[in-house]
Parts: sequence; structure tokens; C-alpha cells
Amino acid sequence: MKKFKVEKTFREINEKIKKGRAVVVTAEEMIDVVEKHGTVEAARKIDVVTTGTFSAMCSSGAFLNLGHTSPRIRASKVWLNDVPAYGGIAAVDCYIGATEVVEGDPLNSVYPGEFNYGGGHVIEDLVSGNVVKLRMEGYGTDCYPARKQEKNININDLRDAFLFNPRNAYQNYSCAVNLSDTTIYTYMGMLRPRMANATYCTSGQLSPLFNDPYYRTIGVGTRIFLGGAQGFVAWPGTQHNPGASRTAKGVPRHGAGTLAVVGNLKEMSPQWLAGASMLGYGVSLYVGIGIPIPILNEEMAMFTAVKDEDIFTEVYDYGMDYPKGAAKAIAEVSYKDLRSGTIVIDGKNIVTAPLSSYYKARQIANLLKEWIEGGKFLLGEPQQTLPSV
Amino acid sequence: MYSKKIVIRYTPDIVQQPIIYQFTKKYDLVFNILKARIFPRREGVIVLELTGLKENFDKGIRFLKEMGLHVEPLAKSVSQNTEKCVHCGACTAFCPTGALSFEKPSQKVLFDAEKCNGCELCVSCCPVRAMEINLL
Ligand code: SF4
Ligand code: SF4
Repeated sequence: MKKFKVEKTFREINEKIKKGRAVVVTAEEMIDVVEKHGTVEAARKIDVVTTGTFSAMCSSGAFLNLGHTSPRIRASKVWLNDVPAYGGIAAVDCYIGATEVVEGDPLNSVYPGEFNYGGGHVIEDLVSGNVVKLRMEGYGTDCYPARKQEKNININDLRDAFLFNPRNAYQNYSCAVNLSDTTIYTYMGMLRPRMANATYCTSGQLSPLFNDPYYRTIGVGTRIFLGGAQGFVAWPGTQHNPGASRTAKGVPRHGAGTLAVVGNLKEMSPQWLAGASMLGYGVSLYVGIGIPIPILNEEMAMFTAVKDEDIFTEVYDYGMDYPKGAAKAIAEVSYKDLRSGTIVIDGKNIVTAPLSSYYKARQIANLLKEWIEGGKFLLGEPQQTLPSV
Repeated sequence: MYSKKIVIRYTPDIVQQPIIYQFTKKYDLVFNILKARIFPRREGVIVLELTGLKENFDKGIRFLKEMGLHVEPLAKSVSQNTEKCVHCGACTAFCPTGALSFEKPSQKVLFDAEKCNGCELCVSCCPVRAMEINLL
């Protein structure tokens, strides 16, 4: 007996995409489709559901090959617009991390620091085609005699440039408040004292991993929208934790899955990759990611119909508990409540604000839908799905 | 106590006169110079935070205008760079006047200059520096 009433394969769906006959909807539209037709009928009708997220993702960066100079240099120290890049790999390879702050920045010595420029901004400048000052230092060897090189470059002067983000698209993320008596500045934004505001990330019902909570269709080799180009899932992201506690529908209540993603930086655009300055905290990079979820059966139809009211996250105190490393949740709230602009904790109304852009997440899901409908984007069947439970 | 940030624009012919001194002294206003610039042709711009009685504040502003200065609330100089804004909404929780808010259902963040009071909270909390103060 077949396990499902509807069974489709990646190959069948790709054949339909090539012929321009695939039926694609966004994760928001899928909610209505399933409500109206039920999961089985929806699985027959719909081939692919597109998702999207646009958020500051600190665990991001790019590998760059700077090209050889004459005389040659073993660039063990590298700076781009005075932001240090990691040079401890082959002669002219380096990695520029999103959260590296420009040299000489006053940091938090003038509190709260503004953090106006860093690795995320270098990446944005590169994809914008802007000129970036490259500085290299080596210790001099017989084969690489040069000790210092400096030149102005743009992305086209780099031999290779690819984004490689070790942890992106966190499946769920906690909501932050501040129970202390003073304003604090965190990677979750500015938090006013005595729970005056709450901040949260992820695009909820539109977010990639909420739509495939057990990673049945996502794994190494899944083709994705990354920074405006076609990229891939390279590996489970760091801190990937499928064992997180889940609701009856399989939606994790916190953290859980993450993705390591890779793609050609030269094809990306500043519309989907933007440097971020978090007051009092540091620099980061906004990354736009979209993942197409193939509706292989009615179970995938059910998963992709997930709604904000079915998705919950925990609220943590970033004033005392979190920095101490002894965080325990003080409440649980739904994304529906978070997105309404106020949540209620202990009878107190708290203003909420997101850190990720729902507007851009929706744009990404729509763009991906257009690409697939137009036959420009084929599904990548994973060689191995992500570790799950 | 009333407190407000204002932008004063000078023309070259009055840059020499001690107007600000007369103004704050006469109307008993405490002032804090937030920014001041004089341009090559000697016209200038100065941003002041004033604190005092509302009545004196209003009289003072009238005095400045009579002296031929161009005065406006700092709020008039605040703008949203729509090229840069990523519509994250971080600013909406800080804006005390509702000048920055989500448009439903698009989830775009819109700026209503009419409601802005020039507090500049959004300028420092916007991660992509899309809220700008344009004094020129
Ligand atoms: S914080 Fe900045 S980027 Fe985000 S919505 Fe406000 S103005 Fe736009
Ligand atoms: S300056 Fe103040 S009032 Fe004006 S938009 Fe920014 S936060 Fe709102």
C-alpha cells in the first residue's frame, strides 16, 4: 500500500517546470489553497511552494580569491576598506566575515557604539560594484617575496568570490525583552527597560524551515534563492538542532534547524545583501534567502500551509538571564501576536518590532515563484537531507 | 518645561551679529548646540535644542524670524531614504509619534513627515541608516 494518496518526485516536478507547466504558489497563498481544498487536493494541484526570509544573519561571510600580484605575495594579513579579513588560508585566498568591525572603530568606548562600517558593509560594497581598498601583508618567502601590496579593486578584479554562510535561516528564534532598569543594546536591537518593547526575527509563516519542519525535502544540494542569485544549501548549519521541542504539528518552539549556504557573490545584488549596524552591538549582514518546497505528497501540503498562529517562540530576558548564560523562557507567544504589534506578558502590553523584513521576505517568495514558473529555476534534489528526528 | 529641536539658517549678511545670544538671553531659554556649520559663502546652519517656557519659546521664534532668519523644526529635515530602507520595522517600536509605521497589508514601513517631531531615535536605531537628517 502506498503511504500517501499523492506521490510526486523531484524529477516529475522539474519536467513540469521545464515545460512551463508547474503550478507554484507562495507559502502565504498555500494557506488558502489548503483551507479551501484540503491537503490531498492541494497536493494534486500545487507542485512547489516558495518561501522567503530577509534578516540580519551574523554567521555570514565570503571567500575571496584576490588574484596574484607581481611580485607575488603570500597575503597572510588582509584588509578590505580597513576591515580585517582572515588570511590564514592559501596565498591569495581570504574570508571576510560579516561581523568584523573596521579597524580603529571606537567600538563601545563611546557607548552605545554606532558601528558604522564592517564586513557586512564590505560585502554590500562589493556586490554594488563599488571600489574597495585592498591591503595585504606577507612575511616574504622565496616564492612569495612581496611584503606589502595595496590597490583599489572592485568585485570584477577578484578572481573568485563566493558567499559561504555557516549558519543562516534559523528555523525559529527567540523573542527578546529587557527586565532590567536600563536600556540595553543587543544583537536583538535596542531593548528598553522593564519590558517596554520586544523584538523578534524570522518571517513566520513565510520562513523557509517553518514550511518543511522535519527537512524532508531540504538538504545538501537544495537549490535556493541567495542574495538575489541561485545558490545552494551546502551543509546543515552550525548549531543545527533537530531535537528541539516541537508542537503537535512538528513546528519547533525554539532554535532547531539551520542551514550553511553557498553561492556566487558576483551574481548577487545589494537589494538582497545589505550591511547592518546594530547600535551598541556591532555590524552584521542582512541576507535574503528563499527556498522552494516541492509538494511531493499531502504531508508536504500540510506542512507548507502552516500559519503564524500555529508558530510559537519563547520570550527571553536579555537584561539579566541571557548574558549570564542562564536563560529560561519567561513566556511563549505566537507569531500572530508578535506581528500584531503588541504582546501581553503578565498582564502588561508590550510593543513588538521585527528585526527581519516581512516585506522583503514576501518579495523573495514572489520572485522565486516567477523564476520557477518561467522555467528559470529548477529544483535541486538533495544528495542527503539534513539530520532530522 | 517645553523642549524642542530647531534648525536655524543664516544668510551671509547676518552671520556677524550675536543673534543667538540675544535670543536665548532675552527669552530665558536653555540651549544646547547640536550642530553648527558655516559654509564658504558665509551662510550657515545651526541646530539647537531649546528648553524653556512654551510662551517664551514661541516669542523667541518670532524674534528670530523678524531678524530675517529661516527657522524650522528639526523634524522637517528628517527623511526616509527609500532606496536604503529594508522595511524591517525596527524603527516602528521607537518612533514616539507614530510617524514610522507599517502599512497593512503590504508590510512596508512608511514615514509620515507630518507626524515627525525630530527626536532622531530612528536615526540611531535603523540598522541600515535609512533615516537621514538633511540639513543642506
Ligand atoms: S529601521 Fe530603517 S530599514 Fe528598518 S524599516 Fe525603519 S527605516 Fe527602514
Ligand atoms: S525623528 Fe523621532 S518622531 Fe521623527 S520619525 Fe524618527 S523616531 Fe519618529
